[in-house]
Amino acid sequence: MKLREDQIERYSRQIILPNVGGKGQEKLLNAKVLIIGAGGLGSPAALYLAASGIGTIGIVDSDKVELNNLQRQIIHSTEEVGRPKVESARDRINAINEDVKVITYNLRLTSENILDIIKDYDIVVDGSDNFPTRYLVNDACVLSKKPLSHGGIFRFDGQAVTIIPGESACYRCLFPEPPPPGLMPSCQEAGILGAVAGVIGVIQANEVLKFVLGIGELLTGRLLVFNALDSSFRKVKVPKDPKCPICGENPTVTRLIDYQEFCSLRKKEE
Amino acid sequence: MAVKVIIPTPLQKLTKNQADVEANGSNIRELIDDLEKNFPGLKERICDETGKVRRFINIYVNEEDVRFLKQDRTPLKDGDEVSIIPAIAGGR
Repeated sequence: MKLREDQIERYSRQIILPNVGGKGQEKLLNAKVLIIGAGGLGSPAALYLAASGIGTIGIVDSDKVELNNLQRQIIHSTEEVGRPKVESARDRINAINEDVKVITYNLRLTSENILDIIKDYDIVVDGSDNFPTRYLVNDACVLSKKPLSHGGIFRFDGQAVTIIPGESACYRCLFPEPPPPGLMPSCQEAGILGAVAGVIGVIQANEVLKFVLGIGELLTGRLLVFNALDSSFRKVKVPKDPKCPICGENPTVTRLIDYQEFCSLRKKEE
Repeated sequence: MAVKVIIPTPLQKLTKNQADVEANGSNIRELIDDLEKNFPGLKERICDETGKVRRFINIYVNEEDVRFLKQDRTPLKDGDEVSIIPAIAGGR
């Protein structure tokens, strides 16, 4: 692959980085990244990945843009309210960078469709908003050995961890099982400061860039915990758990599970 | 042993909105009981009916997950920082 003149100009500020260069830019243009959720985390992640010239971006989301999304889901704009999020996101990405091929999946992930969707991508970015999807995505990535950037947000808190199946701890090594219904507020009822989504979504984009470029140290084996109120970033260790239900020595989760959606508010809407 | 305990946002209602609190105990189990004394209701959010830490909540002494140390018998010393970190799912 040879970079065009306009590509050399467009990406010049990252091509001049010693660890990137023309070769690195070509890696980005050849990379395929799947983003789950075009929401608070997926929006900033998708924007930075698109701008940096990731060649193929897949986006999974079954929702339409709502006015109450726009406080944090910065890939969408007011005039897109009512349109499917994947279409709104695709148009915005291509307005920024026509080099990016966007593949849209206007659907909800299930145990039936997820393996087929993730198989063609180099790395998955989880920006979903509920525990069932998060465990489904983790399990699917572990079973198909697909790298995964996990990010979660709640009010003023954010968490991020990168998972390289087989090498580093997975999400179930960290939290073996999702909470039962009702114990943790999991979605709209909780509220979120828009910039918290931005911080964590951009960290996920940064993880993808490092992974594709093969530079630096990934956020593997460590959970990054961000608190917006005191602007603190802390890291705690996440060892691989030999008793992990999916990637441990005697796995009990050997096929994908569709956990029940347990956010009451969401249920009412559907 | 007086240690600082970092309380996650979802549990701060029980700590009168404090993000960190002081508590005492020579190990994690004692620390949780001491927290419960000062902040009733906290223990049942952290532990299940059998007293075990719930599987979607982790407790760290400094950077280490107590599941990989001595679980709730993990000893504490003055100046340790204990973090309670739950799984969070938001993303939208």
